Amino acid sequence: MEIPYTVAERPDTGLYNGKLGIWLFLASEVMLFGGLFSSYILLRTGDPNWFKPELSVPMATLNTMVLITSSVTMVMSWASLRLQDFKKFRLFSAATFLLASTFMVIKALEYNTELSHHLYPSANNFMATYFTMTGLHGLHVLAGMVVIAYLWGPGSKMWKTEPERFTNRVEITGLYWHFVDLVWIFLFPALYLL
Amino acid sequence: MSTVSEHPEEGFIRKYVFSIDHKVIGLQYGFTALLFLLFGFCLMLLMRWQLGFPGQPIPVIGGLLGNANAPGGIMLPEFYNQLGAMHGTIMVFLGVVPLLVGAFGNYLIPLQIGAPDMAFPKLNMMSYWVYFVGGMIMFVSFFLPGGAANSGWTSYPPLSNIATMGQTAWLMGMVFLITSSLLGSINIITTIIQLRAEGLTYMRMPFFVWSQLVTSFLLLLAFPPLEAAGILQLMDRLAGTSFFMPSGLVVSGQVLEGAGGGSPLLWQHLFWFLAHPEVYVLILPAMGIVAEVIANNTRKPLWGYNAMVYASVWLGFMSFIVWAHHMFLTGMGTVMSAFFQTTTMIISIPSVVILTALLISLWGGSIRFNTPMLFALAFLPMFGIGGLTGLPLGLAPSDIHLHDTYYVIGHFHYVVAPGTIFAIFAGIYYWFPKFTGRRMSETLGKVHFWGSFIFMNGVFGPMFLQGLAGVSRRLYDGGAQYSHAQGVIQFNQFMSYSAFLLLIAQLPFIFNFFWSMRMGEKVGDNPWQATTLDWAATSSPPLGHGNFAEVPVVWRGPYEYSVPGYEEDFLPQHVATPAPQEG
Amino acid sequence: MTTAHSPEDIKKETRVYILVFIALATLTMITVGISYLDLSTGPAVTLALFVALIKGSLVAAFFMHLISERKLIYAVLVFTVFFFLALIFLPLGSFLNQVAG
Repeated sequence: MEIPYTVAERPDTGLYNGKLGIWLFLASEVMLFGGLFSSYILLRTGDPNWFKPELSVPMATLNTMVLITSSVTMVMSWASLRLQDFKKFRLFSAATFLLASTFMVIKALEYNTELSHHLYPSANNFMATYFTMTGLHGLHVLAGMVVIAYLWGPGSKMWKTEPERFTNRVEITGLYWHFVDLVWIFLFPALYLL
Repeated sequence: MSTVSEHPEEGFIRKYVFSIDHKVIGLQYGFTALLFLLFGFCLMLLMRWQLGFPGQPIPVIGGLLGNANAPGGIMLPEFYNQLGAMHGTIMVFLGVVPLLVGAFGNYLIPLQIGAPDMAFPKLNMMSYWVYFVGGMIMFVSFFLPGGAANSGWTSYPPLSNIATMGQTAWLMGMVFLITSSLLGSINIITTIIQLRAEGLTYMRMPFFVWSQLVTSFLLLLAFPPLEAAGILQLMDRLAGTSFFMPSGLVVSGQVLEGAGGGSPLLWQHLFWFLAHPEVYVLILPAMGIVAEVIANNTRKPLWGYNAMVYASVWLGFMSFIVWAHHMFLTGMGTVMSAFFQTTTMIISIPSVVILTALLISLWGGSIRFNTPMLFALAFLPMFGIGGLTGLPLGLAPSDIHLHDTYYVIGHFHYVVAPGTIFAIFAGIYYWFPKFTGRRMSETLGKVHFWGSFIFMNGVFGPMFLQGLAGVSRRLYDGGAQYSHAQGVIQFNQFMSYSAFLLLIAQLPFIFNFFWSMRMGEKVGDNPWQATTLDWAATSSPPLGHGNFAEVPVVWRGPYEYSVPGYEEDFLPQHVATPAPQEG
Repeated sequence: MTTAHSPEDIKKETRVYILVFIALATLTMITVGISYLDLSTGPAVTLALFVALIKGSLVAAFFMHLISERKLIYAVLVFTVFFFLALIFLPLGSFLNQVAG
């Protein structure tokens, strides 16, 4: 029993099912992080005793560059598939995974520094917001890493049997990944620069 | 091209437990949700005992509730609060929405649009099991030390921040339920947009499908801020943060430790951002069901279908910007208050448009008064009362007097209980032949209807009087200790008797439901002579084998009843018919 | 698969990706640089938000192909952005417009 438009695009919408599905999911994610951004704004404007400890801007700037680069390698991995170059796909995909891991390592180093200076989430509302927002973002990075690893590894078998469907899966993963980058583009100034 | 495929029979687990067939998943949702609905109803009955007969031992089961909840069978206030919080949570999140969207939506949407299944069948299966886990967490929370959540279904901090373990379970449960809802709404929207059969344009979709489409957008975009709030409250409770804890909070004479600087109002904004659209999630699919049943049983097209569609979309849009009418008494200034009062008044317009269109649809109809139609008809005035009583709540000056009183409880129960739940009953009686190939007993159905109708009004009608007198909600003794309540306190016993009789009235339904599955009168594919595509599929469509013998093509709108020039008084959407006869 | 493009088109897209990357890197440096200027809250927030919006738009338009995406997706996103703004500004408004005391 075949579900229509899993791979082929439906003529009137111009979309295949997965693409619509992922954009809907990303819309909900906008509202999720939106709720957290709204909370941050409200808490900061509402607290006359707001205190913001120093965070490492250099480390976060480096992380920003890492994530942006990973977005490039991600979209390149998809472009490679559209050029029928499976080897390049694996290369760029692996690069994305490595860059994502680098991001997580730098984040872990930052957390370690903060916690060892007793800057726990319970210390004040800035630290609470910082850990919660970057923590949730980090979980999203991890989830992305799992999917990218799957498509690089066992999932890549589909390239031989259903190359178009596999390309779609990589495209959808890419859209998710770019969104994760997008969230960081706003988190970085909000938490580190302002 | 046939969609019935040849493949080996699946094992029991694959076919009935971890099925990816939308019909099985719909039935799973249906049974689970109905059980939760019954459970939530029983929680309410316990509350009504306490309110009608305060301080008296609960008969029969009082001894089974344990000393922590009801020593000597007499309910403790702490337990009453758990019942209140969990009754609301269970009815809304584990009962009504999973029924309307998970059960009716999943089962019927692919059928009504002529699709072989939902767009993402595996995601569908996941969404059910995640709901199940969330439900189990909520259920099991009653057995935790300190019991279940007890800070209202609204979980306002700071109280909920310092509440017992049950509140953490509530938050975890909500995370699962919200995830399930998210997966479901992505599936429904994609399915409706992408998998409509050839010829099924948007304006030829049954109104039920439109109502599900709008509802899913509400779920998709309104739930995440509550998820965010849930994460923040979990952080407060487990990691000692102060997102919602103001500075210098004193509890039982002691200043609470913690950084402070937080905002309890922040929770309220994030909660109501979801919870207001949520009430439209509760009513829109119900209106969808009522529309189908009315069109079918008047043997004429729905009046104002286009207006109903546009009104639903407008309603969905507005529902995102009215939420702070639940917060008029939080110290909001006149500018914001005026904004939310205005949007709230505006949102009543599309509601009225839909209700009026349904009402006018009855005019000149050949009305068949079968059980589904009785429930659908009763929905109209009951929802009308519910909606009208919302108006003084949506206007700040009158809300000052009525906020947090029994008037509010009366208002929202009228919309959900003799409102949505009546629509659910209508849907069950109407589509039972589709699910099972058999009809439910009409006699038992009518007994169920009249009993429910009378006793629902008995339970909720007097609440308006109590509320107007100023009796607050969530009072363990029903207002007994307040002088201003004395004039209306006698209604408590009356309402409690009505509630117990309401339970009795459900017994013929429960019996009818299970008995008819085996012994009900067998019927063909289209016993109601309906026009929509769901009735083109075989009765009790085969599980796991696709829905239609042939992929349907749609030739006309959804409610072509009594079209002049044809012998039959209905033209199914998928049948290509010759031109009408002359004369 | 999106509407079939020739290998030349895809190679052209690749060039765009590199250009966007350079732009993003530059904007990142700019926004960090601005933060060292110690501006007052109003201008600081406005500038940071402005740069972030440009960066975000570049990611959305080119990496996520929104610039050539279908109307339906745009429609979903337009509504989402509207509700996102409601979520940010209405609670803030309620807070700022509070009754004194």
